[in-house]
Amino acid sequence: MREKGSIVLVLLLGIVLAGCGGKKAVDQSAAGADGGASAAGMGDAGGASGQALYGEGDPLSKRVVYFEYDSSNVDDESRRVIEAHAASLLNNSLANIVLEGHADERGTREYNLALGEQRAKAVSRLFQAYGVTGDRIQTVSYGEERPAALGNEESSWALNRRVEILY
Amino acid sequence: MIRRRLVRLAVTIGLVLASTAARGVLTIEITQGVEAGIPIAIVPFAFRGTGRLPLDVRDIIESDLTLSGRFDSLPRDDFLSRPSDHSQVQFKDWRLIKAEALVIGSIDEVGADLFDVQFRLYDVFNAKQLTGYVYQQVPGQRLRRTAHQISDIVYEQLTGQPGAFDTRIAYVTAESPSGGVRPEYLLQVADYDGYDPTTVLTSTEPILSPAWSPDGAHLAYVSFEERRSKVYVQRLRDASRRKVADYAGLNGAPAWSPDGRELALTLSRDGNPEIYVITMATGATRRLTQHAAIDTEPAWSPDGRSIVFTSDRSGKPQIYRIGSDGGRAERLTFEGRYNARASYSSDGERLTLVTNQNGDYRIGVFYMKSRTLQVLTQSSLDESPTFAPNGGMILYATQAGGRGVLAAVSADGRVRQRLELQRGDVREPAWSTYRR
Repeated sequence: MREKGSIVLVLLLGIVLAGCGGKKAVDQSAAGADGGASAAGMGDAGGASGQALYGEGDPLSKRVVYFEYDSSNVDDESRRVIEAHAASLLNNSLANIVLEGHADERGTREYNLALGEQRAKAVSRLFQAYGVTGDRIQTVSYGEERPAALGNEESSWALNRRVEILY
Repeated sequence: MIRRRLVRLAVTIGLVLASTAARGVLTIEITQGVEAGIPIAIVPFAFRGTGRLPLDVRDIIESDLTLSGRFDSLPRDDFLSRPSDHSQVQFKDWRLIKAEALVIGSIDEVGADLFDVQFRLYDVFNAKQLTGYVYQQVPGQRLRRTAHQISDIVYEQLTGQPGAFDTRIAYVTAESPSGGVRPEYLLQVADYDGYDPTTVLTSTEPILSPAWSPDGAHLAYVSFEERRSKVYVQRLRDASRRKVADYAGLNGAPAWSPDGRELALTLSRDGNPEIYVITMATGATRRLTQHAAIDTEPAWSPDGRSIVFTSDRSGKPQIYRIGSDGGRAERLTFEGRYNARASYSSDGERLTLVTNQNGDYRIGVFYMKSRTLQVLTQSSLDESPTFAPNGGMILYATQAGGRGVLAAVSADGRVRQRLELQRGDVREPAWSTYRR
């Protein structure tokens, strides 16, 4: 799962760089479904061979939602991200989704494992509220074991309190 | 002051030298001094044999007693005599340097890599022998354990409580191979002081929460090797293991019942993290908690009747207690906004836990009778506290130089020391029960 995650990240990075170069936008809905799909081993269900290019502020460009310390409350911005991905999933009935919950390093490991689980579950409930059926959603928590940033300060911790949306 | 420095030097050097022999050995550094301990003189043991003594038994005893925080080992340069036999002991020599206790001993080579070890412990003030033992035909590789057993006897004679030196610890290390990005996780078992580490599990995915079975024969732990947290039980003798919790969602935080027949743990199979108990023989589960909040980190009381756990049902994590057959959960901690991962001392009178003090995560002791909390450590990211089986020390995980290290603190907070690996991150210590 991690490797998929990093491939998605690499692709997105490539997309952003491509955007800087002024390349033309590709149709968003088709590409949105495909953006992580080929990398995530989903085959070519989307049928698009091009790369996605999301506009700045397009919620589909975000595949990670972040949380406050010791909280699994999903804020409004994250809700928009989840809603956009839910719509994208509803357009692509073959895609399944993995929600990977994480926590920052503070506090105990098992509590953080549970906290990551609560975060993933909170995101899962929103996907279901937006119409994605539960059988397409898998949640997993890594607690504090897989940090995205390695520092011991708030700027790193903020990046680690997250749910990654992988599909 | 000078004496303290000498003790520190002796301990550090002794352990560092030995640590070069094996990869991954922990080295010990005393970070907070030993002051009001019992002044004890440990005389270098006489050696009668042909070759070299494979191990300095005396230095291990000194290191054990120093680490306990209960003793102040007097520098050997101050000794006026060096007896190794009862007939050579002059009590006035020891009263003069203010020793209250005296340990002497000798090691005789009696065969190929076989030794007889004897020692005597004296009460200097009353000028009498308190105890003395002979260990016969000890193989060279067992001398270290013999030294720990001598330390246990000295400790018990002088403090009235059993020693916990002849015990083991389990812990997890994460090491990034050179050039590699992803760390390798190792579950290791070592002597309590970090010597003789054995790797019992290697994985490319995280390992956490090792827990000793009461008989010391098994470890339960959480492994992500199948890309999800699952609970395994491994027999140490032959490394055979089985998956005991592989339910949908989170499987974590295993804790053995005192009789070893049940395992409390955290499962989220019914929606969110709750405490369950699995009967080992049948695999049957019973659910203890029912709450939409996080419930996790169960730990049994020594009488097996109740289980403490962490819950954020009040909004922030706090410690609760529930009967091991269920019932109503009672909140125990109210001080501070974060108290988690509690576990009992063997007398059932204290819990050690992680407590947040003004943003710093520290190790505390909660007294069950008075319901008061004492904070023992002063750093900012301390976790995973585990009592020694005699309740005298607490081992925990902390950060130093950007790496995870283990540290130990005496249960009264007076003495702290650090156990460091040469490389890699160390975390999740668990102290074994007594060896049987």
